[in-house]
Amino acid sequence: MSVIVYTENWDGKFKKLSFELVSYAAAIAKELDTTVTALSIGNVADDELAQLGTYGAAKVLSVSDDRFNSLDNKALSKAIAHAAQAEAAKAVVFSHNNLGKAIAPRVSVKLNAGLISGVTTLPVSVAPFAFKKKAFTGKAFAQVQVNTDVVVLTFSQNSYELVEGGSTPAIESFNPQVEDADFATTVQETNKVTGKVLLTDAEVVISGGRGMKSGDNWGGLEEMADLLGAGLACSRPVSDEGWRSHDEHVGQTGKIIAPNLYFALGISGAIQHLGGVSSSKVIVAVNKDAEAPIFEAADYGIVGDVFKVIPQFVEAIKEMKA
Amino acid sequence: MKVLVLISNVPDTTTKIRFTGDNTAFDESGVQWIINPWDELALTRAVELKEAGSVQSITVANVGTKATEATLRKALAVGADDAIRVDTEANDAFAVATQLAAIAKDYDLILAGIEASDYNGAAVGGMLAELLDFNSVSAVSGLQIEGDTLQVNRDIDGGSQLLSMSTPAVAIVQKGITKEPRIPAMRGIMMARKKPLNVVAPVGADDRTSFVNFELPPAKAACKMIDEENAKEIITLLHEEAKVI
Repeated sequence: MSVIVYTENWDGKFKKLSFELVSYAAAIAKELDTTVTALSIGNVADDELAQLGTYGAAKVLSVSDDRFNSLDNKALSKAIAHAAQAEAAKAVVFSHNNLGKAIAPRVSVKLNAGLISGVTTLPVSVAPFAFKKKAFTGKAFAQVQVNTDVVVLTFSQNSYELVEGGSTPAIESFNPQVEDADFATTVQETNKVTGKVLLTDAEVVISGGRGMKSGDNWGGLEEMADLLGAGLACSRPVSDEGWRSHDEHVGQTGKIIAPNLYFALGISGAIQHLGGVSSSKVIVAVNKDAEAPIFEAADYGIVGDVFKVIPQFVEAIKEMKA
Repeated sequence: MKVLVLISNVPDTTTKIRFTGDNTAFDESGVQWIINPWDELALTRAVELKEAGSVQSITVANVGTKATEATLRKALAVGADDAIRVDTEANDAFAVATQLAAIAKDYDLILAGIEASDYNGAAVGGMLAELLDFNSVSAVSGLQIEGDTLQVNRDIDGGSQLLSMSTPAVAIVQKGITKEPRIPAMRGIMMARKKPLNVVAPVGADDRTSFVNFELPPAKAACKMIDEENAKEIITLLHEEAKVI
């Protein structure tokens, strides 16, 4: 028996979310009185793989096969299910990100396992497995139990902590049973975002709404983001107007985020917007309308003019950093 | 190319969420039902591709009771040619995917929204692809069809990619796939009444998950208000009190 965790890499490196994921898997393993095996697919150096041990992986299975670089969903699912079977996994843990959401459902079918996506807590019980997850797009939590022996999970990042104190893991290479015919995806072009913090990684997010009046007025938000190492986001009207690109849209039909700190600047806080950001730990709202619903979700608020407030924020952040 | 669009019937996005039966079930009283917003984007893109001549027919499918037919009629009004309703309650993603697998194998392209706004499962599309042994791609923000090949824009963590992929395939779509969801016109609504809505009997399927109970998020403490001219104080509070910067 084991708990297996799929640790995605980015150009051969892991991220904080990978370590959070391993820490989380290790906590589940402890409850089951077993160990964690991390599965890495791609070209990752041994010293990078060894870091997974620090966060609790007893063993690391490493697959170096360039065919997986296309992130073909069918082939990846086959490889991960094969590793889960080889390790007699009782629980298979993915990140609740783009790739995890794409692969976990396929793997769950292969393993005859129940899938719970977007879990936020350690198991409520382990026999049967039951977890809490977000439902109704952040407006509620549900407790879900699986009626199968094996469970597949996608874990909402920023819901657990990094737990160090593990040891050097055993690193083994693994050869999954996949054939060329399993790879149906050809990558024509990859555009990596460089020079800015990704929304999904950001611990602080600066977000602007219709109250910013035009896409030309984003200078202050960009300056705040630069100073704080923050990601930039926007509300739906802003991306619909084309002021900012759609991949910055956070809300019920855009990205759903849970940073430590969320600045809602000139955002009224329609229920659809709150669905995408209400899991943020701290929310700061600036809006000219004292009745705006964003103030019900916010921890700190200013009723006033964003164009007067943002320069003060920039100045105060500079003073704090000085 | 024959396209199937999966339609989930969900509460309107402005619905106040409440539960009944000692917090074991969603309170449906007074709820307005809509096409799941991401499914609506998928359907809109399918209609655009049909208008461009690269799709021959669009079928929409839902697993649900008769109460979901109004939502399927809406999908027909947006531009689908026919609809299928598998006549059983949808309680579990795997069971729903099993029902859909029984009706979906003859389509070239299946479109699904990235998740449903009610139980946020993000599961049925991928499970269906696995059950049918189809290719799949998720987080799709752009879709073109060239002959039998799909040209797909997909978001990855850290950027985006342009892919080509053979059919049959399941594409799981998100924001960006089309600009705005299409609103049915009066003519579409009239025509939808005459379009076929086929009700099929369910196959045997197991629920692999069960919802035990629900809870609402804890109420937030009151927002601490600062005057506009003292805005700098918020940065101090974030640093010293909340300790988030």
